[in-house]
Amino acid sequence: MSGFVVLLKRELAMAWNRGGGPAVALAFNVGAVTLLPLASGGSLDKLKLLAPGFSWVALALASLLSLERLFERDYEDGALDLLALGPAPLELVAAAKCLAQWICTGIPLALFAPVAATALGADPGLAPLTLACALIGGVGFAFVGGVGAAVSLGARAGGVLIAVIVLPLFTPLAIFGGGAIAGLAMGLDWTSGLLLLSAYSLFFVAIGPFAMAWACRNALS
Amino acid sequence: MIGKLTVANLALIRGDRLLFRGLDFTLEAGQAISLVGRNGAGKTSLLRAIAGFLRPLEGTIAFEGDSGPLDPEDARSRGLHMAGHHDGLKSSRPAEAEFRFQALWTGASEAGIARARQALDLDVLFDLEVRKLSAGQRRRLSLGRLLASPRPLWLLDEPLAPLDADHRRTFGALMAEHLAGGGMILAAVHDPLPLQTDTLDLGGLGGLDEDEVEMDPFGEERP
Repeated sequence: MSGFVVLLKRELAMAWNRGGGPAVALAFNVGAVTLLPLASGGSLDKLKLLAPGFSWVALALASLLSLERLFERDYEDGALDLLALGPAPLELVAAAKCLAQWICTGIPLALFAPVAATALGADPGLAPLTLACALIGGVGFAFVGGVGAAVSLGARAGGVLIAVIVLPLFTPLAIFGGGAIAGLAMGLDWTSGLLLLSAYSLFFVAIGPFAMAWACRNALS
Repeated sequence: MIGKLTVANLALIRGDRLLFRGLDFTLEAGQAISLVGRNGAGKTSLLRAIAGFLRPLEGTIAFEGDSGPLDPEDARSRGLHMAGHHDGLKSSRPAEAEFRFQALWTGASEAGIARARQALDLDVLFDLEVRKLSAGQRRRLSLGRLLASPRPLWLLDEPLAPLDADHRRTFGALMAEHLAGGGMILAAVHDPLPLQTDTLDLGGLGGLDEDEVEMDPFGEERP
């Protein structure tokens, strides 16, 4: 267990600095949210309808930004060898990396999500649910993204490959999260969307590490 | 803890190239073997196979402890260090943080860390970012974890190449100390190590000359 703590501390320090860390993802998100009203013609009614869904899309895309380096740097400089020879199995190493990714980019993005949605004109009453969905969905984004990052290890143009692998797997997260928020906005049932979102995220927390460890071993051989 | 490494009838391939086959050797507590051979003879691949990263085409790699055979995964994750030119140090991070991580991750105690700092003169490097270190300083930093966390089997890939004469002597003495304490060393080298070792030559193994080494994995010679 002490090994896991040592590793998590290092992963947090690296995730915080990786490719600019949370600042880049946040800047991307702020940029997208600022540009949408300008590009959509300035109709407030239209914007209000689009706001919750759009803030989700921006969240999904922003969480893609630093994924490429999640395993790639350790793979290239030999640190992955060292991680594989440590006290914890690679499955746990992979989980620690995704957890650090969620803490350093997922949580800041989730905190910004209700602000973005409200700024775009969504009902402020939706903010708590938006935050909850973004936090839970962020776990899913991190672990799904980790699988994509591990599978594309060693591939040329790995970043493109990650996007191709990961975006289809992000779709259910977008549907469930967006559905829950839209449901609340229209006075319909929103709990099922939130529960499905949680289930999908947990599913990837459970199986993602095994897939990532398998992919890492494959890349190392 | 690992007390003996046995490699039997080992064959390794990289891509579609057979590196060697029929390799047999044992490494016992207190023994050091220098692994020699030309570039591309398979020295690094052999080290990586022993560390469990490459799956052999045929043959076995077995670890034994005091009380019989060890589970290979367990033996590797607790009993061996591998150090090569890909040292895993992050160039943008402070040297001290990276050294401490590598040492603690492989199971070092604070006493072990203090010992490594002193033996390899690491304190002067600690304030710097890893990118500012010279090749030799970087190597000292990465060899530090071998001293900080006691693991019996050391797999070293050109361990002394970037070090200056003083530090070669120092690390030679530390390797001798490790052997005296029942450790084992398998080191791929081009220049001889500054201590008594046996030699395993991959270059001329089993009478394979260079043409025959270019066989495909199924033993058919290429036209």
